[in-house]
Formats: sequence, structure tokens, C-alpha cells
Amino acid sequence: MRIVVPMKAVPDLVEEIELTSDETGIDREYLTFVLSEWDAQALEEALLLKDAGGVDVVAVGLADDPEIDQVLYTALAKGADAAVKIADATAVGSPGTADIETADRAALLAGYLAAEPADLVITGVQAADDLDGQLPSTLGALLDVPHVSVVVSVEVAGGSVTVRQEFAGGRSHELQVQLPAVIGVQSARQAPRYASITRIRQAMQAGGLTELTVSPSPAASGLVVRRMHRPEATGQAEMLTGSAVDVADQIMGLLRARGLVKG
Amino acid sequence: MNDKVSRNVMVLAEHTGMQVSEGTYELIGKASELAVALGGAAEVVLLGPRDLIDQLGGVDIVVSMEHPALTEYLPEAYERALLEVLVQRSPRLLLMSNATVGLDLGAALSVRWDAPLVASVSALEIDGDAVMATAKILGGKVLVETELPGERGIATVLGGAFSAAASQPASTPQVVQVAPPAGLDALRMSLQRVVEADDGDVDISAADMLVSVGRGIESQDNMATVQDLADALGVPLSASRPVVDAGWLPKTRQVGQSGLKVKPRVYLALGISGAPEHLEGMRNAELIIACNTDPGAPIFGIAHYGTTVDLFDLVPELVDKIRD
Repeated sequence: MRIVVPMKAVPDLVEEIELTSDETGIDREYLTFVLSEWDAQALEEALLLKDAGGVDVVAVGLADDPEIDQVLYTALAKGADAAVKIADATAVGSPGTADIETADRAALLAGYLAAEPADLVITGVQAADDLDGQLPSTLGALLDVPHVSVVVSVEVAGGSVTVRQEFAGGRSHELQVQLPAVIGVQSARQAPRYASITRIRQAMQAGGLTELTVSPSPAASGLVVRRMHRPEATGQAEMLTGSAVDVADQIMGLLRARGLVKG
Repeated sequence: MNDKVSRNVMVLAEHTGMQVSEGTYELIGKASELAVALGGAAEVVLLGPRDLIDQLGGVDIVVSMEHPALTEYLPEAYERALLEVLVQRSPRLLLMSNATVGLDLGAALSVRWDAPLVASVSALEIDGDAVMATAKILGGKVLVETELPGERGIATVLGGAFSAAASQPASTPQVVQVAPPAGLDALRMSLQRVVEADDGDVDISAADMLVSVGRGIESQDNMATVQDLADALGVPLSASRPVVDAGWLPKTRQVGQSGLKVKPRVYLALGISGAPEHLEGMRNAELIIACNTDPGAPIFGIAHYGTTVDLFDLVPELVDKIRD
């Protein structure tokens, strides 16, 4: 069984996000990009299936994405059997300078999957910078295969998979889904495994990234971005300042006033 | 395909256990307002049990489709059913939750119905003929003002973005029946069983106070630090989604859209940035105290008190003072 795991990096949310001067995009110059956390979960779920046997896992990314080599080599270091970088044959301009819409991303991946079909596509249920929709359901519709999002476990049984789809409050549905299919993972059955820097370096030295050029069918989302901005401080948070001791004293005062601590 | 284009605003009703979800009423309230601005009507699509029509006041039209595959939510069945409804009714705008159902169906219908979609929507308004939607992306750190041009569009809306529809009018909505498409009898997936939520060891939604921890805790080894504080206070430890996804606390301790909604007297948020998903689960706490080293963290937008002191400096001080 061939499992393809589309992956990407997103801006590190720990950092401050700067916008371009025309306020229609994110200024990438000084941003750190890290693997999308849901894609990390998706890769883990795919590797768990591989651990159980009879599965090849192929990590796939777009050549124009930031930090994509790092993402794919890390996937190889964690146990993926192969990694593929897809270039857009129709792309103009320099890579890595603009946000890629989900619609375009899905079109490229659909082109790749048409050439090299997968039994199962497992990817993150969403990404922090999704604007025009999420990858799993866009891709499922483009490929015209069944797709399920917000999945927390995948098990293979013959020509189908059994997945658990989660709803608010922890209720879930167990679904049987015919293959081929696209699954959007919320969280894997266990926390994503770790790849040491040494293993990642070894993967880099071994090479092993295949590059492919794909001509996607045009797929603009049609969504128009007028302006991006940071949220205005609607917040009324009164900031507690001073040393950690000072702040702890103030918090203790708030808790005492509500009878939640004695004294 | 129906050529008629309406100016109606459509909401997909979500329901479980013969109960329409709270989020559905939030969407109905907004749909009614937008429909007035567009000069159209508000419609609710009810897939599955017709008995639920009684719960759908506040709209002009209920579009109903019944079929055995629609009794419980099933992604492929809902997608095919809703596409049939969209083609027949041609609304200007479709509203869905940005939770499981909207994540499943929204982008797929954007492809199949050929309509632009905007996700993670926190505000919607009509500007002339245009539908304007504001999306919250990158964990709530960036707002994107978008336009859904053309004759149709889809918005998946964050929970809690709008208030639930006010009083429900006594008038009963007009009910339109739509016949199920043939595709519902040839599905490629089936529902095997419904699994109810785990009760867990503690019910965080019943706690007076919660010590809640987020991504800022950095590693599993550091969990002992915040557990100490929770123990000293005698209150449960809860968490935002990344901590639970990492396996450092059980799912029953998760606060947020995909976890539990809580309303304690005090919510102490440690290292939680305040993604929209999380805020939805705790915004109604009586007193929110947030500790995050990033002064731009969205959590400070709804907290009553905040501090940018490092949680690893603050928490041991708090533990000392409580144990004194």
C-alpha cells in the first residue's frame, strides 16, 4: 500500500508576524517557518501504519514552499520511504515569495497523484495559514475520492480504512472508507516521533529528494484579499508588571479576593 | 443546473442526538441579518430527521431532505445532499461551522459547486452587492479582509463569532422538500458506530478554577511544574489543543472547540497564545488571568489580567506563596 503525505511549513506562531507594506500578504523575509503541526500528526499516523507493515510512506511537498527541504529530510529521518518535491511547470516569479492558496496547492498535488496514484493520502486537517479552504477536502473533491477530516486514528483493513472522526466535546464517529481516499488528521494515535539532528543530517547527506515537475489545471480560488491587518487591541487585559514575585503577589490578591486561596 | 440565482443566505443545520447545535443558531442569527441586507431570505438546510424542523425558528425557509444515510452526520452523504440543495436553490452565500462539518464539506463544495470559500471567518457584512468576510488566521494573529465575488460563495465561521439568533418568532418557516440525489445510495463510506465522549477522571467543565497550560510549556518534562501549581490550588489542570495532541494530558482535559467549553470563576492561562479555537472554549470564564511572554498574544485580547513574565519564573513563586 502506498501512502502519500503532503506536508508544508507555516510561519512559527511564537514569532511576531509582519505584513507586507501593501497589507495583502505576510512579509516572509525575517519569518521562521516550521512544519505545520497537523502535518506532523499526519506523518506520525502514516508511520504508525508503516510500522504495522505492508506500507510505503512518501512525503510530498511543493518546491516553492519555504523550508521544504528541511521538512522532507526530517520526514525521511523519521522513517518515510521516499520524499518528493513538486515544482509547478507553469509558475512564474521567484519561489518562496508568496503565499500559495490551498486551491493551487491541491491542483499541483492532484496532478502529481494522477501521475503517481496513492492508495491513501494522509495530511494535516488544516494549517494555520489556510484562508481559501483546507487541503484534505479540496484534494478529495479534485480527485473525486472519499475524504474525511478531523480524524484521530486510521486503521487499514483490506481495500478500506477504518477512521475515527472527532466532533466537539470528544464525541466521535467510526467510519469505514473505501480506498483510495484522502484523510485529514487532527491528531495521531501517539505523539509525533522525534528525529535527532544527526539523523536529519544523515538524511540530507544521503540526498534522496526526488524532484518532479507538474502542470496543474488552473484552480484559482476566486477569493479576493483586500487587506490584512493585526487584530486591534480589543483587549481590556490589565497588565500586571514587575518581577515574577511582584506578579505572583498580584495574582494571589486576585485569587484571595475570590476566596480561592486562604490568607 | 438551475440558472436562477437567489439572494438568499443559507445555513447548514448541524445536529446530534436529535438536538440542533448551538453553533447553528449563531449562524442563523447572522444569516437573517445578511439576508435583509441582500434583499433575500434566510434558509436553513436540514439534512436528516424532519422532526427537527420544530427547533428551527428564526428563519424564513427550511430546506429539508430525508434519507437513511443522513440520520447521523456522514461526510460523503452530507456532501452529496448539500450539493444537490445548492444546485437547486442557488443561494448567494452558504454558512457552515469552521469545525468538523465545515472542515469536511466547505472546501469540497467550493470545488464541486464552483464557489469561492473563506475559512475561519470572524465577521461578515454586505457591502453593496459584495459579501465581505474577515478571516482570523495564524492562530488569530492576523485578520484578513476578503471579498467573495460573483454570484455565490461559502464561509466557514468560527464558533462564538456571532451571537445566537435572538427570540424565535412564533411563525413557522416555509418548508421546502428536496428529493435525495441517487448518489446517496452509492456511498463509498459508512458509519460503523458512534462513540460518546470519555467521562475522564475529572470534569473540567464543573471546576471552580482551572490552571490551563498551552504550547508555552515546551516539553512534557515541564508539565510537573504546572501540575504542582494545580495541586497546590486543589484545582484540575487543563490544556489547549497542542498539549493534548502531544499526548501530555488526556483529551478530557482539553479546552476549546474540539475539546470542552468551560466557564470557571477563574481561568489561569499559562503559555496559551489564544487561538480562536481555544478562546471559543473559555471566553465565558468569569475571570481570565493570562501569562504569555509574547505581548502580542491574542489571549490578552480577552483576558482580564495579563502578564508577560515567563511562566517558568511565575509558577514556582505562586506555588511557594500558596504553600506558605
